[in-house]
Amino acid sequence: MNFHAILAIYRSEMARFFRTLLQSFISPVISTSLYFVVFGAAIGSRIDEVEGVSYGAFIVPGLIMLSVMTQALSNASFAIYFPKFIGTIYELLSAPMNFLEIVLGYVGAAATKALFIGVVILGTSSFFVDLSIQHPLAMILFMVLTCISFSLFGFIIGIWAKNFEQLQLVPLLVVTPLVFLGGSFYSISMLPPVWQTITLFNPVVYLISGFRWSFFGAADVPVGLSLLAIAGFTALCLAVIWWIFRTGWRIRS
Amino acid sequence: MAMVEIRDVRKWYEGGFEALKGVTLDIEEGEILALLGPNGAGKTTLISAICGITRPSAGEIRVGGHDVVSDYRRARALVGLVPQEINLEPFTKVADSVRFSRGLFGKPHDPAAIERILRKLSLWDKRDSKTMELSGGMKRRVLIAKALAHDPRVLFLDEPTAGVDVELRRDMWRIVEELKADGVTIILTTHYIEEAEAIADRVGVINKGEILLVEEKAGLMARMGQKELRIDLVTPVETLPEALAAHELELERDGRVLVYRYETGSGRSGIGRLMGEIAAAGLQVSDVHTAQDSLEDIFVNLVAGQDHSDMEGRAA
Repeated sequence: MNFHAILAIYRSEMARFFRTLLQSFISPVISTSLYFVVFGAAIGSRIDEVEGVSYGAFIVPGLIMLSVMTQALSNASFAIYFPKFIGTIYELLSAPMNFLEIVLGYVGAAATKALFIGVVILGTSSFFVDLSIQHPLAMILFMVLTCISFSLFGFIIGIWAKNFEQLQLVPLLVVTPLVFLGGSFYSISMLPPVWQTITLFNPVVYLISGFRWSFFGAADVPVGLSLLAIAGFTALCLAVIWWIFRTGWRIRS
Repeated sequence: MAMVEIRDVRKWYEGGFEALKGVTLDIEEGEILALLGPNGAGKTTLISAICGITRPSAGEIRVGGHDVVSDYRRARALVGLVPQEINLEPFTKVADSVRFSRGLFGKPHDPAAIERILRKLSLWDKRDSKTMELSGGMKRRVLIAKALAHDPRVLFLDEPTAGVDVELRRDMWRIVEELKADGVTIILTTHYIEEAEAIADRVGVINKGEILLVEEKAGLMARMGQKELRIDLVTPVETLPEALAAHELELERDGRVLVYRYETGSGRSGIGRLMGEIAAAGLQVSDVHTAQDSLEDIFVNLVAGQDHSDMEGRAA
């Protein structure tokens, strides 16, 4: 294992993050605050409780997941797309590294950044609502696994994308709608039966449900199923990335 | 054992275009090989195949005895690559960029090694500058520093002096000479024939994915180069005397100059006999001077020769 190479990529990616630390920190704080103003104060005042939890607290896991998923995705996709765009990918391809080492460096950094955002949002939320986390270890596990799996997914998008438009296409047209429709701000039990069934085809539902369970002990789907879904998604992404490096698809002619 | 062994390497793309057509080449340890060829000849494809950027469709490449596919870690660890394009992360500082490259090749951070490389390339003063703030020439130096960051034994320079000024080009040649003195094997692709003439030990000519020749530079020029003897006459002549017909002379400048061409590698130039016969024919010589074919002439003749053969082949 080429640990120095993994560390080099990780350090380089984190350096980019620290160069824009203020932006990385302030942006989620502001957006989270806005969500609490709009959903918590305006809408929440008309909804007493959801599954025995105040609406303001209920949306916290969904808010964290929304940001963590989109941040992991965009950080990882940009991280691998940028070297392709400016041509520095030759260094990666000519270095004595295998695909796993490259992925560990980039995905590790993207996941770390997303985790940081998640923690910032969690901290910001605590200023607006009373939070109690029933299963803190499970909460950390779900958050870390989501960071990793969506960073892997982002890595695939970054390799697939041929231009900046494509880089934005999947996050905007696929992931964001899936996250919003995945129970970020509501319990799927609040939906009519037909929509409940349709919603179960949305993989994000399982992630948010499991994460919410770690906070409140209540879930839309069994927590084991949530874990299985996130593990399956991670394995699928890893398999696709392995295939990409094996065939050289869109990175090696 | 050669440092780089290339055996019947082919590269074809979807659609049938064949960029490399069975290239076989040995590059010895510590030598400087200049690979000459026109645009699209296959120079960069060959380098990319050796460095792992492109996968060869067929054939075998070994670096330091290690197969670049099955034993890629050991093979790539020996290789440094300076690409043709100036590809640099714009917001990264020079020292950080070199450190990054060193890490990719599995070497621990070593501030002394980074300083040594940066000083060697006159980049030490710029170590804290972002690469986007540097001039084109400085960026080229950074690319070389990055390629040298892990102390490679083989260095590929893909058109390293394209677009740089003369001073920097000569500076680059000095760096290459220093690397050679350290025992680094250097493979250089270039459009500039004078570059090959100035620094290469051997010259390879590639065109349309085929190696046309690989030879010692001096030997190549001696074997293939023609020399020209120009004889200035005191009194111009309208026609050549019959006695000189066997020498196939040409008259230039209204009969004031006789031009005699001969092969430098043939051993007998025939100059002595010619001068004697000129004197016997009653022509008075005011001056003589010689000129030799440059590598560029040889290169142009080779490539033009292959193009001509291809056209004949298609016509047949």
